[in-house]
Amino acid sequence: MYAFTLERPTTVQEAVKLAANGTKVLAGGQTLLASMKLRLSQPGAVADLSGIQELAGIKREGNAIVIGAMTRHIDVANSADVKAAIPGLAELAAHIGDKQVRAMGTLGGSVANSDPAACYPSAVLALGATVHTTKRKIAADDFFVGMFATALEDDELITAISFPVPKRSVYMKFNQPASRFALVGVYLAQTDSGVRVAVTGAGQCVFRHKGLEDALNKSFSVASAAAVPIDASELNADLHASAAYRANLISVQTQRAVAKLLG
Amino acid sequence: MGASDFSKLPHIGESVRRKEDYRFLTGAGQYTDDITMDRQTYAVFVRSPHAHATIISIDVAAAKAMPGVVEVFIGKDLEGKMGGLPCGWLITDVNGKPMNEPPHPVLALGKARHVGDQVAMVIAETLEQAKNAAEAVVVDYDPLPSVVDVRDAATGPQLHELAPNNHCYKWGLGDKAAVDAAFAKAAHITKLDLTNNRLVPNAMEPRAAIGTYSRATEEYVLYVANQNPHVERLLMTAFVLGLPEHKVRVIAPDVGGGFGSKIYLYGEDVALTWASKQVNRSIKWTCERSESFLTDAHGRDHVSHAEMAMDKDGKFLAMRVHTDANLGAYLSTFSTAVPTILYATLLAGQYTCPLIHVEVDAWFTNTVPVDAYRGAGRPEATYLVERLVTRCGWELGLAQDEIRKRNFINSWPYQTPVALTYDAGDYLGCMTKAQALGDTAGFEARKAASKAKGLLRGMGYSSYIEACGLAPSNIAGALGARAGLFECGEVRVHPTGSVTVFTGSHSHGQGHETTFAQVVAARLGIAVDAVDIVHGDTGRVPFGMGTYGSRSISVGGAAIMKALDKIETKAKKIAAHLMEASDADVEFANGEFTVKGTDKKVTFGQVALTAYVPHNYPLDKLEPGLNETAFYDPTNFTFPSGTYICEVEIDPMTGKTRVDKFTAVDDFGTIINPMIVEGQVHGGLVQGIGQALLENCVYDKETGQLLTGSFMDYTMPRADDFPDFKIDNICTPCTHNPLGTKGCGEAGAIGSPPAVINAVLDALRELGVKDFDMPASPHRVWEAIQAAKA
Repeated sequence: MYAFTLERPTTVQEAVKLAANGTKVLAGGQTLLASMKLRLSQPGAVADLSGIQELAGIKREGNAIVIGAMTRHIDVANSADVKAAIPGLAELAAHIGDKQVRAMGTLGGSVANSDPAACYPSAVLALGATVHTTKRKIAADDFFVGMFATALEDDELITAISFPVPKRSVYMKFNQPASRFALVGVYLAQTDSGVRVAVTGAGQCVFRHKGLEDALNKSFSVASAAAVPIDASELNADLHASAAYRANLISVQTQRAVAKLLG
Repeated sequence: MGASDFSKLPHIGESVRRKEDYRFLTGAGQYTDDITMDRQTYAVFVRSPHAHATIISIDVAAAKAMPGVVEVFIGKDLEGKMGGLPCGWLITDVNGKPMNEPPHPVLALGKARHVGDQVAMVIAETLEQAKNAAEAVVVDYDPLPSVVDVRDAATGPQLHELAPNNHCYKWGLGDKAAVDAAFAKAAHITKLDLTNNRLVPNAMEPRAAIGTYSRATEEYVLYVANQNPHVERLLMTAFVLGLPEHKVRVIAPDVGGGFGSKIYLYGEDVALTWASKQVNRSIKWTCERSESFLTDAHGRDHVSHAEMAMDKDGKFLAMRVHTDANLGAYLSTFSTAVPTILYATLLAGQYTCPLIHVEVDAWFTNTVPVDAYRGAGRPEATYLVERLVTRCGWELGLAQDEIRKRNFINSWPYQTPVALTYDAGDYLGCMTKAQALGDTAGFEARKAASKAKGLLRGMGYSSYIEACGLAPSNIAGALGARAGLFECGEVRVHPTGSVTVFTGSHSHGQGHETTFAQVVAARLGIAVDAVDIVHGDTGRVPFGMGTYGSRSISVGGAAIMKALDKIETKAKKIAAHLMEASDADVEFANGEFTVKGTDKKVTFGQVALTAYVPHNYPLDKLEPGLNETAFYDPTNFTFPSGTYICEVEIDPMTGKTRVDKFTAVDDFGTIINPMIVEGQVHGGLVQGIGQALLENCVYDKETGQLLTGSFMDYTMPRADDFPDFKIDNICTPCTHNPLGTKGCGEAGAIGSPPAVINAVLDALRELGVKDFDMPASPHRVWEAIQAAKA
C-alpha cells in the first residue's frame, strides 16, 4: 500500500466536496482496499464514508424498501423489513463473499463499483430499483453502463437505493469456485410491470435477458424458461467458464429460479 | 525395546491434547515474522514480470538514491562470491550419463526464466521504503518466447545452454524386454492417459527469513520458515557460500505449515544470509501471498501414459508406464527425485504385478520450479495405478473391489518388481473394513435416491500404498541422494527428573511436541508434561535431517527410542549401585527400578538426581550425568497403506460435483496419538480431494503468465467443500523400527485423488464419459458430459 491521506467526513456535503477534489471514496473497501494493498490502486487521498450516519439504514416507504448506500451486507441480510418484503434480496446479501466481507462491504459500494461478477447489481436491475444520488434519481435500467462503469459522475455519490417490493423474487447464484463471486447469478423478479430477469457474472456488467423475460411473461414455467435459447456470443469466457457454459448456467439458473418461485 | 512392548506402554494410543496449541491459539507462537532483531532492515525482491527474457541491463542508481535504502544487489554483485543453488539428488540417465544440471543462480544472471524469478534484492530501513525502491529498479528486459506445458517442452524455446531441448533426463526402471513379452501374450490390455495437475502448496504461513551477522563472533544466524534447518545449513554452507558450518546457525522457529515447500534451499535465504554481513545489519524478508504463488516450489505436474496387461481373469501380468515430468525453470532441491525414486518405485501399488517397466522424461519449462509436495511422487504413482486398476476392472466387467481382490498382495514380506520390499500389511482386511464403514452395500439405494433428485451418483475406490521414512542412507546414496537420511535425537534428563529432548525432526503443524513427549513419558514412566521437545535450531539440536516424507515418528522417533535405550541402560547401572544389586538383576517399569525377587526399588527421579549429585555413585566405572544422543538410520522404508472409498453426487445440468461420502481406512502401524493422526488424515484428505475437485495451477500458454496467481482464481479447499469423513484404522506394525509406526502425514493426500476421480467416472459412465482429468470443477465436468453427448 502506498501512503495516502485519510479523510473521515461526517456529512454528505463534506463527502461530495472531497470527491469533487479527486478524493477516492471508501464505501466498505472490499475492492478498493485489496487493490491498494497490492499497489494496483494509488489514491493520494481516501474519504471513508462510514462515519456519515444518514447514509446507513433500512426503511419501508410505501411499496418500496429504501436502503442507505452505506448499509452493510450483513444488515441487509438480517433486516426483518427486507426479509419480509423482498426475501430474495436478503438471501442475496447473506451470501455475498464471506462473513468478513459482509461485515464491511456496503450496498452503495458494490453497486457503484459495477463489478461484472457482483451480486447486488442483479437485484437492483431485476427489481427495477431507483438509485438515489447526491444529484438525482437514476433508474436501474440506466445505471449500469459497462465493466466497472456506471452512470455516476465523478463527484456524484449514491445516497440510497429504493427497491419496489415485487410480487415474488429470487436470486440464484452459481459460485465461481475460487472467489465465490457469481460465475453466473440470475435474479428473477415478478413485478407489477412483468417479469424481469437480470444476469450477473456473464457479461461486461449486469444485464437483463429479454428472451427469458418474454418467455416467462407468456408462461411462467420451468419449461418456458428452458425453451429459451441463450446466445453465448457476447458472454464472458475465462479460466472458470467458457461462454457456452455460462449460457448454459443462465438457462439452468433461470429454470431453477422459476421452480423455486413456483414452490 | 521392541514395537510390541512399546505399543502397550501407558500414553501410547492416548489422545493427549496438543501441548503446543495453547501458544498457537492464543497468538503466542513465535513465527519468523514475529521476530524482530535490533536495527533490523527489510528486503524486497524485484521479480521478473516475464516468463522468459534476456536481462539486457539493470539500473539500480535511482533505487539506491531513494529514502531509507541501505543497499541494492543484483545477480552480478553475487557472481564469483557464491555458487548456485544445488540440486540434492543426482539422477543418472538411462544412458548412464548424469542428468543435465544447469546453473540455478541465487539472483538471475543474464536471463529470467519464469514469472517471479528474482532479479534484484533491495534492502531498506522500512518495508515501505524497500517496496518503493524496488519499483525504482529499472530492468531492461528483452522478452523471449516461453514454454509452460510439459508436452511442449521438447520443441519449446531453450531455457538453459546446458539442457538441450529442455531435457533434464530420461530415467528408467524395470525389465522392458520382459514386460514387452508379457504384453504380447496378454488376454487383455487396458490403456490410460492421464494428467496429474500442478498444485500450489499454500502453507498458511508464507515463507519468511531473517539474515543476521555478528562481527563479534563472525557467526551468521538465519531465521527461516523451514522444515529441515540442518539440511538448509549444509546445502547453504557447503554448496553455495563456502562457509564453515560452525559459523552458521539456522533457526526454524514456529513454522505454519510446509507440505514440502519449506524443505528447500531458496535463493532468498542465501541472499539474505550473505547480504547481512555485507551491510552489517539484520535483514528481514516476509513473502507475500501473491509472491508465494510465484516462488514457492509447486507440486505434481505429470503427464503419463500407462498400460496394464492381464490374463483372461483380470490377473495383472505386466505394466508399462511413460511419464513426462515438468521440473519448472530450475532444479529445486529434491525435484529430480520426485518423478523417479519417489514415484516409479510405488507403481506396484498393493498388487502382485510381476513385471513393471517405467520410463520418465523430465523437462524444463518457464514455470516455478516443481518439487516435493505432500506425498511427493507417491500421489502421482497412486493416481496412475488406482485409476488404471479401476479401468481394468470396468473393461473386464469387474467391480472395483473385485479387480483389487484378484490382485492384492496377501503375504509379506513382498518384493515388488520396482525395488521395494513391503514388510507388512493387510490389504484385503483394510478394504473389507472400509467397505463396511462406508456401507458400500447401500450404494445402489443411495444411487437411486440421487437419481430421483436428478443427480448422478458414483463410487470410487483407491487402495494406496506409500513409502515413508526414505532410507537407508547407503542405498539412497547409491541412487543419487546427496544427503544422508538418518535422524538424530538427544535425551537430556535433568537432575530433578524432567526431560528435554532435542530432535532433528521439525514440527510445522504435526504436533511433535506432544507425540514425541508421549513416547518419552511412556518409556520413562513420567508425566507427558515433564518432557519438552526442542527442534528447529542447529545451535541446540546436535544434527537432523528434518521433517518430510512422513518420516518423523518412524525415523526421528526411533532415534529418540535409541537414545532412551541408552538412558535406560545407564540408569539401570546407577539404580543397581543404589540398590546394591547387579546390573543384570535390575528391571525398569512404570518409572521404577526394582531388583528381581526382592522388594527393593528406586524411582527414576532418584536415579536422575544421583546422576547429577554423584555422592553415592560408581564413579570408577560410570560417568556422571544422564544425557544420551543417538542416530538412527532405518533399514527399510515404512509402508502405510489403506483403502479409501468416495461417493460423489453430480448435477448433470451444471456439472457441480459434491463429495457426499468419504471413507478412509488406513494402516499406519502403531498409533501414538489417535487425535493427532486423525487430524493428519483429515488434512491430507482435504488436500487430496482438493486436488481432485478444486485446485489447479494454470499458466497461460502464450504469455507464460500464472493465471491462477491468487485465491481469486486458485481454488483453495474450504471446510464446506467436504462431508464429515468416516475414518478408521487397522494395525500391522512396521517390522523394522522400534515403535512399529509407519507415518501418517501424507496418506490422505496420496490415497484420495483417484478415489474421487474414479467416483466421478463411475457416475458419468452411464453418459458415455470414459476419460476425465483433475480437477472435477463444474465447468470441466459439464464439458466432459457435453463432449460425450456430441
